[in-house]
Amino acid sequence: MNDAVITKISGPLVVASGMKQANMFDVVRVSELGLLGEIIEMHGDKASIQVYEETSGLKTGEKVVSTYEPLSVELGPGLIGNIFDGIQRPLTEIMKVAGNNLTRGINVPALDRERQWVFEPNVEIGERVYGGDVIGYVQETDVVRHKIMLSPKLGGIIKEITGGTCTAEDVVAIVIDEKGVEHGVGITQKWPVRVPRPYKKKLSPDRPLVTGQRVVDSLFPIAKGGVAAIPGPFGSGKTVTQHQLAKWADADIVVYIGCGERGNEMTDVLNEFPELIDPHTGKSLMERTVLIANTSDMPVAAREASIYTGITIAEYFRDMGYNVALMADSTSRWAEALREMSGRLEEMPGEEGYPAYLGSRLAQFYERAGRVISLGRDGREGSLSVIGAVSPAGGDISEPVSQATLRIVKVFWGLDSALAYKRHFPAINWLTSYSLYANSLGKWFNENINEEWTSLRGKIISLLSDEAQLEEMVKLVGMDALSWGDRLKMEAARSIREDFLHQLAFHEVDTYTSASKQYMMMKLVTEYYEKSKEALDKGMDIETIVKLPVREKIGRFKYVKEEDTEKDFGEIINMLTEELSLEGGEADA
Amino acid sequence: MPKEYRTISEVAGPLMLVKSVEGVAYNELGEIELKNGERRRCKVLEINGTDVLVQLFESSAGINLADSKIRFLGKQMELAVSEDMLGRVFDGLGRPIDGGPSIIPEKRMDVGGVPMNPAARRYPQEFIQTGISAIDGLNTLVRGQKLPIFSASGLPHAELAAQIARQAKVRGTDEEFAVVFAAMGITFEESDYFVQSFKETGAIDRTVMFSNLANDPAIERIATPKMALTAAEYLAFDKGMHVLVILTDITNYADALREVSAARKEVPGRRGYPGYMYTDLASIYERAGRQEGKKGSITLIPILTMPEDDKTHPIPDLTGYITEGQIILSRELHRKGVVPPIDVLPSLSRLKDKGIGEGKTRADHSGTMNQLFSAYARGKDCKELMVILGEAALTDIDKLYAEFADAFEKEYVSQGSETDRSVEETLDIGWKLLSILPRSELRRISDEFLDKYYIEK
Repeated sequence: MNDAVITKISGPLVVASGMKQANMFDVVRVSELGLLGEIIEMHGDKASIQVYEETSGLKTGEKVVSTYEPLSVELGPGLIGNIFDGIQRPLTEIMKVAGNNLTRGINVPALDRERQWVFEPNVEIGERVYGGDVIGYVQETDVVRHKIMLSPKLGGIIKEITGGTCTAEDVVAIVIDEKGVEHGVGITQKWPVRVPRPYKKKLSPDRPLVTGQRVVDSLFPIAKGGVAAIPGPFGSGKTVTQHQLAKWADADIVVYIGCGERGNEMTDVLNEFPELIDPHTGKSLMERTVLIANTSDMPVAAREASIYTGITIAEYFRDMGYNVALMADSTSRWAEALREMSGRLEEMPGEEGYPAYLGSRLAQFYERAGRVISLGRDGREGSLSVIGAVSPAGGDISEPVSQATLRIVKVFWGLDSALAYKRHFPAINWLTSYSLYANSLGKWFNENINEEWTSLRGKIISLLSDEAQLEEMVKLVGMDALSWGDRLKMEAARSIREDFLHQLAFHEVDTYTSASKQYMMMKLVTEYYEKSKEALDKGMDIETIVKLPVREKIGRFKYVKEEDTEKDFGEIINMLTEELSLEGGEADA
Repeated sequence: MPKEYRTISEVAGPLMLVKSVEGVAYNELGEIELKNGERRRCKVLEINGTDVLVQLFESSAGINLADSKIRFLGKQMELAVSEDMLGRVFDGLGRPIDGGPSIIPEKRMDVGGVPMNPAARRYPQEFIQTGISAIDGLNTLVRGQKLPIFSASGLPHAELAAQIARQAKVRGTDEEFAVVFAAMGITFEESDYFVQSFKETGAIDRTVMFSNLANDPAIERIATPKMALTAAEYLAFDKGMHVLVILTDITNYADALREVSAARKEVPGRRGYPGYMYTDLASIYERAGRQEGKKGSITLIPILTMPEDDKTHPIPDLTGYITEGQIILSRELHRKGVVPPIDVLPSLSRLKDKGIGEGKTRADHSGTMNQLFSAYARGKDCKELMVILGEAALTDIDKLYAEFADAFEKEYVSQGSETDRSVEETLDIGWKLLSILPRSELRRISDEFLDKYYIEK
């Protein structure tokens, strides 16, 4: 193997000869610098290698050494709150070693080797354990109790197990398998990123991932274990939406992958999350978050890997029985990385230069989401929800990445630049977006929040679609030509848009709305319509209805703090009834 | 003395194939010597066994397969940097062309740049007052941001960029600043406009200029922005200055990139541009920013002309996906005589939210900004309706919105290229305009500020 040398260099692609012994997808070390790479194609004794670091300065004839291992991630305590690059190198540690810029060939282990953890055993000596069993716990952060699971491939009798302080490399238990071989088990394990982690059984999602974003939860909800896509042109708010979901979704663990996006966005998350308080746990949001960053100036090959690194970490937490949400921003950059490597390999291109296997790769990725019963005796139920941003070229979703994504996902939040220009955020278009979970999750909302939920949702959707039709008409004949009933519909729809759907991410109260407050808001805007319609029938003037003083109250309800909502809600409903009947009385007289 | 090769076997466009080469590194810089002793620079693009594909940075005219020699310099493309660069003019490859002496380098920096560790970035949040209402009030620029100007042929982007360079300041500070200006494929006149404008304010002594004009080799442009950003990195992160980088015109740069890609017979992406253009542009734009523990900053304003005024063209499209917003110029406003003709609705500054508000600009900034946007958007809709159906078709409130939209363009956006407004002036003009509308319409502003600033009629 020592005679393996570089014979060709073309950007991130390196070809080496003398690689007969190596396996497909082995990780290799390239050149004296020891740059990390992965074998992606073999021809005779030549292997094509995608190199995860900048290849400038490499020469032909430099050595290539295979590690005979597939690209893997380290899983164990220390993941939470950390930021890793696309191949799981800890960026804050690297900064200490190498300064502010990412120089090459740095070798820092993913998980801190020095840090001490307290391990509490969960099984006893002599006990029979199976793959996936929880053999103990480590309290990783205030929020996350890290379950130390036996590798899915291992099983047998516990020979020894010791609690107390340990580090990432220490052996805490010894397991004897059926062949009588002893295996030392630590609190960390490795798993190849391209292989989905096994589970016992997959289930259909049945509970919502409550995100605190009104247009999402009320109109287009996503289930725990569901998959969603957010396509949109630049400037339509993909990243802000992703950040909002990462902040407020009621998941136990959030994995955020910044794939080929801006460096400052990751910095923003790093600055902001530690200071934000999770409404569900009362602790800092960073205590449940793992960040993967391959910013757009970082090597393109590692971009391809970053998605897999992220989802493998997410699956690991899912296996512990947690509800995990993964945000990938943006899958288009991942697809472009795939395209670039495919081009360098001189493969026959499919649509728009993307490789023919784009669709199947995307499907494989999204299919790793879901609600599952994990391996192990206690039958833990965990879920992994995946939310992928898509950046279609020119904002036109007829391009291959968007289309391949739409074939897979169940929830589609279509961002609209026209809404963004009006600064209507989140700019999720209510006419084109959809959620295939809406019916099944509607039941949950009816049972757990309010039995009117689905009917209110139905009213809102029908008002909004009526508005779109009426708007066409207004463009032709003007507002005056509409009947009063239709004008009221337009007003009510405007109120839905402005007072309910519009939500400011940067407003301290408005940024998150609990499901019960969402119910009240839906009730208010629909109640305005229904009560006004009655008043209109009794002969009240449309101009009076449009100018009701209570409307300002309805408009400001979104800024009412959660603890005051009950009181204010009741008051506004009373006010609404009073104003309409009182003025209606005058009109009658 | 590096080994010389006389084995150039093919020249096609900006590419050259050299045979039987040994020990050459990927991305290494090379030098071609012509028969008459003239030297030209190139870099290694691909190595396959002993065949080396190189890309020229200058024209291939006069290269002779038999007599030309090539040697590889054992280093990558570098820029000699020192503080003496301020006030000097260089060509697109970083050689002085102002007749002055060559730079005595303090050090030599690899122009390729090294990606910044996202954990080492400092989030940009210092408000830069440009004195232009449409930017300060609605699409606020902050230190370390990359904010391109999307223009089109015939629109006054040069005036706008020069105005920003002239007026930009961070209030309450008096720190060292510098301007790095890179001209790529623009005309002498346009480039001279910038020079004159820098001279007027005296900024010329603090300007480093890289000039690749329309009649210079197109392929040289591929290196120009990298040169400029290397100089900027040196001034910002080694010397602690606040650097404003203006790159104009990115469209010419992208076309040069396409030329190389086409010569390599790569599978083209949209409109013939290479599939890696996103990554390539990102490696330029992402060099802007601030770093932990460093005093300086790089604020980047690339200018690009949108072919056919089309925002979905790959160059503006990919740029918009990388940069932190965009300032879009509109032909329609230009025709109406609005100066600067900034179309505020599709324009955006992604970093504005953390750069404005109490202590930075004024507490009411955020609310009024959102209100102005939504009111102007509605006003424009109303005006459109008015064109089709006549004024009578509008409701009373819609008439007010239409009035607002007109006043907004005339008073807020159109301020002329000489006016330098403080952010308070900008905000006050905003309030004056919002007072055209009844108070109940201003739902995006909290009561506290309405009480304080709203002008009742």
